Amino acid sequence: MLKFGIVVFPGSNCDHDCYHTIKHVLGHDARFVWHEETDISDYDCIIIPGGFSYGDYLRTGSIASLSPIMKSVSEYASAGGAVIGICNGFQVLVEAGLLPGSLIKNASLKFICKWVYLKLENNDTLFTSNMNKGDVLRIPVAHGEGNYFCTAEDLKELESNGQVVFRYSSPAGEVTEEANPNGSLNNIAGISNKEGNVLGMMPHPERCSEGIMGGEDGRAIFESLISNLHQKGRVKKEA
Amino acid sequence: MKEFRVKIEVKLKPVVLDPQGKTVLQALKNLGYDEVGDARIGKLIELTVNDGSTEKVKERVDEMCKKLLSNPVIENFEVNIEEQNA
Repeated sequence: MLKFGIVVFPGSNCDHDCYHTIKHVLGHDARFVWHEETDISDYDCIIIPGGFSYGDYLRTGSIASLSPIMKSVSEYASAGGAVIGICNGFQVLVEAGLLPGSLIKNASLKFICKWVYLKLENNDTLFTSNMNKGDVLRIPVAHGEGNYFCTAEDLKELESNGQVVFRYSSPAGEVTEEANPNGSLNNIAGISNKEGNVLGMMPHPERCSEGIMGGEDGRAIFESLISNLHQKGRVKKEA
Repeated sequence: MKEFRVKIEVKLKPVVLDPQGKTVLQALKNLGYDEVGDARIGKLIELTVNDGSTEKVKERVDEMCKKLLSNPVIENFEVNIEEQNA
């Protein structure tokens, strides 16, 4: 059984959704990790969940990125540990410098809460290897600041390294302006670091991992991660 | 130790689209202010700082801006420091 650590900041609100999906849907061990903790060496994967950490004060994710736990998460990621940031978690990861760029206000200025389609661009990451390149996933978004922005140099690098993992697309997988809900550069919905062990994405796979939620496409992301973590042998011996 | 009032203006870089500014621009035009060419929205942060000199304050505040108060990917900042009379 794998052990997932779910980081909780004041204002996180998707932590319980992640916990439910990992523990009750996928049958692995999940623990909440308060942002003041610093020892995360015992976990097989760290999830930074969605929400409104610190009320989105100053910039989304900015205050949370300076929490004591984020220094540990940074070291954990450098050592090859699996880290996934979802929605506000993605915003925290860019503010912490674990991923490039920034998430700015949606081009429409509106909070967007709806199902979107994502085209899988890279299946060579810890989180996507059970899928095929070009697969289309239906996953919900819920954010006011999901408009991915980065410098022209960073964008070039992201694209040439295959770090763009998911792009907003039509149900048929066409990457069009109409399919882009928030104005993100190149329809970017999710990116990884160069090594492929840190993923940040605005859509919520934890909200669609069982049929009762109206869709279960998110499950493939967690299942890819789980098979990879088993293979990597990072699994701790059960007591 | 002297007291300084520090004003920090944080603005979106010119290359970053500012949908909020665009919306405000449109609203101003709707009010009949056709002379307005552009509108950009930023933040104003005011600090009270106790330190030895303006130079020292400038150095420390620049550091604060880079570490927390602005995001260098999308924002520029300007610092204005005034010494307060005792």
